[in-house]
Amino acid sequence: MKLRFNRKQLCIPYAVFLVFFVLAPLFVILYYAFTDGQGKISFSNFANFFTNTNTLGTLLYSFSLAIVTTLVCLVIAYPTAYILARSNLKKKYVLLLLFILPMWINFTLRITALKEILSLLEGNISAYPFLNSVIGMTYDFMPFMILPLYTSLLKLDKSLLEAASDLGGNKLTVFLRVTLPLSVPGIISGMTMVLLPSMTNYVVLDMLYNSTYIMGSLIGSYFSAYDWNNGSMISLVLLVIIFIVTLVTNRFSDKDSNARGAVL
Amino acid sequence: MKKAAHICWLTLILLFIYIPILVLAVFSFTDASMVGGAVSGITFDNYIELFRNEELRGMIFGTVALALVCSAISTVLATLGAIGAYYSKRTAKTLINAANQIPVVNADIVTGFSVCILLIVIMRISKDTFIPLGAGHVVLTAPFVYLSILPKLKQMDNSLYEAALDLGATPVQALFKVVIPQLIPGIASGFMLAVTLSLDDYFITTYTKPSTFDTISTYVVNATRGSQTEVKTALWALSTLVFLIVIAVVIGMNVLAAKRGKKK
Repeated sequence: MKLRFNRKQLCIPYAVFLVFFVLAPLFVILYYAFTDGQGKISFSNFANFFTNTNTLGTLLYSFSLAIVTTLVCLVIAYPTAYILARSNLKKKYVLLLLFILPMWINFTLRITALKEILSLLEGNISAYPFLNSVIGMTYDFMPFMILPLYTSLLKLDKSLLEAASDLGGNKLTVFLRVTLPLSVPGIISGMTMVLLPSMTNYVVLDMLYNSTYIMGSLIGSYFSAYDWNNGSMISLVLLVIIFIVTLVTNRFSDKDSNARGAVL
Repeated sequence: MKKAAHICWLTLILLFIYIPILVLAVFSFTDASMVGGAVSGITFDNYIELFRNEELRGMIFGTVALALVCSAISTVLATLGAIGAYYSKRTAKTLINAANQIPVVNADIVTGFSVCILLIVIMRISKDTFIPLGAGHVVLTAPFVYLSILPKLKQMDNSLYEAALDLGATPVQALFKVVIPQLIPGIASGFMLAVTLSLDDYFITTYTKPSTFDTISTYVVNATRGSQTEVKTALWALSTLVFLIVIAVVIGMNVLAAKRGKKK
């Protein structure tokens, strides 16, 4: 009995660590979001966020940038992952590595490289802020979209595709009614991998001379101004968005496991 | 015909991914001050500058040291945490898993900002102690180490541990000689993941670092704001070196994995 007790105890340092450095900071954010600089309860940060046209505009710009980036990534990554997963090449894993290898190069260095090329092509890159931001974020986050799509397309049961075409479905029907629905979990997890960072990674915008704010830039500017309360409010808004996205994602992945259970 | 189209598409995407990196690599060996600018000769000056410039050398060394130290701490903490949690009661396990998931889904910027508020604003720990920076990087990396160890724990043959105890091993011996050796692949890949995450981080670093300390990410972002040509072109050399190192590591790991696969 004493021995089992010993093994369990190993998780105590990590549990304490999680409570202190993961949970506590979140409660601190919550506290700061609803107090003013003097520590009194206040809803002014909340009201400030939802009545200020600047912050609402930023939220809107963030969403449009993130959604456009996510769709562009999906449109590029889906065919890529599909070809890679469906190909009968022996070394398709090596090929996949080529596509996700940039993931391991520091993103600021990659954006520096991209910026040089864009300057060469466009001349004055500050003339196309939105376009360049979409290109930059696509360049940065594409591997995170390809990887889950590849995984979900690879484990797709080939006999289902054969059955569908034996039953008279043409290629388009098979794709739309079998392949696409079965790859939805991959699509969803790829989309979340891109959507959230592209709402917050303001460094890509900064480096490509897009001076418009996104949600991340707001936190950055409140941080520079030592305004912890409004900064916490923005963090809280992001947390709520992340929470909702995670709930939606979990719903889809549950369905996925059920669907797979049904196939088995 | 279809195959040709597939190859065309993949080539196109690979060009999009690699042209910026490769063009930058080519220009890093010239004396040009901008990509596409006038080239009057081939030189290794950028590479020499990278090692001669004390600021650059210190920044590179600092980034690597931070990544290695924090990843080592994360790996120890999360490995013990995962083993402990795996053998804990259902409630404790679920709670630890849930808390572990928070930094994984959370935006880096929110993690960084919240750790900054707790440690620097509330607890008044000086940034110069490197404690907030270290804590931030461990929060970022430990959950991923935990996640890469869990599947290995599930695969592990539980009776081996019991057998070791029956044969007279103390729980500590059984842990180090039986349990941990079986988890090595998970621990190794978790550690590698931690290193790459730490090297790539910008947001947590900015919000918690001492003002005189820079990592590659924060340095590059600051450098693109200024107009020091010498530093700018030295960063092209850095980008090329990082690219080559990543390729070497990826090839090395795959050769190792292939060898291990053959032995079995």
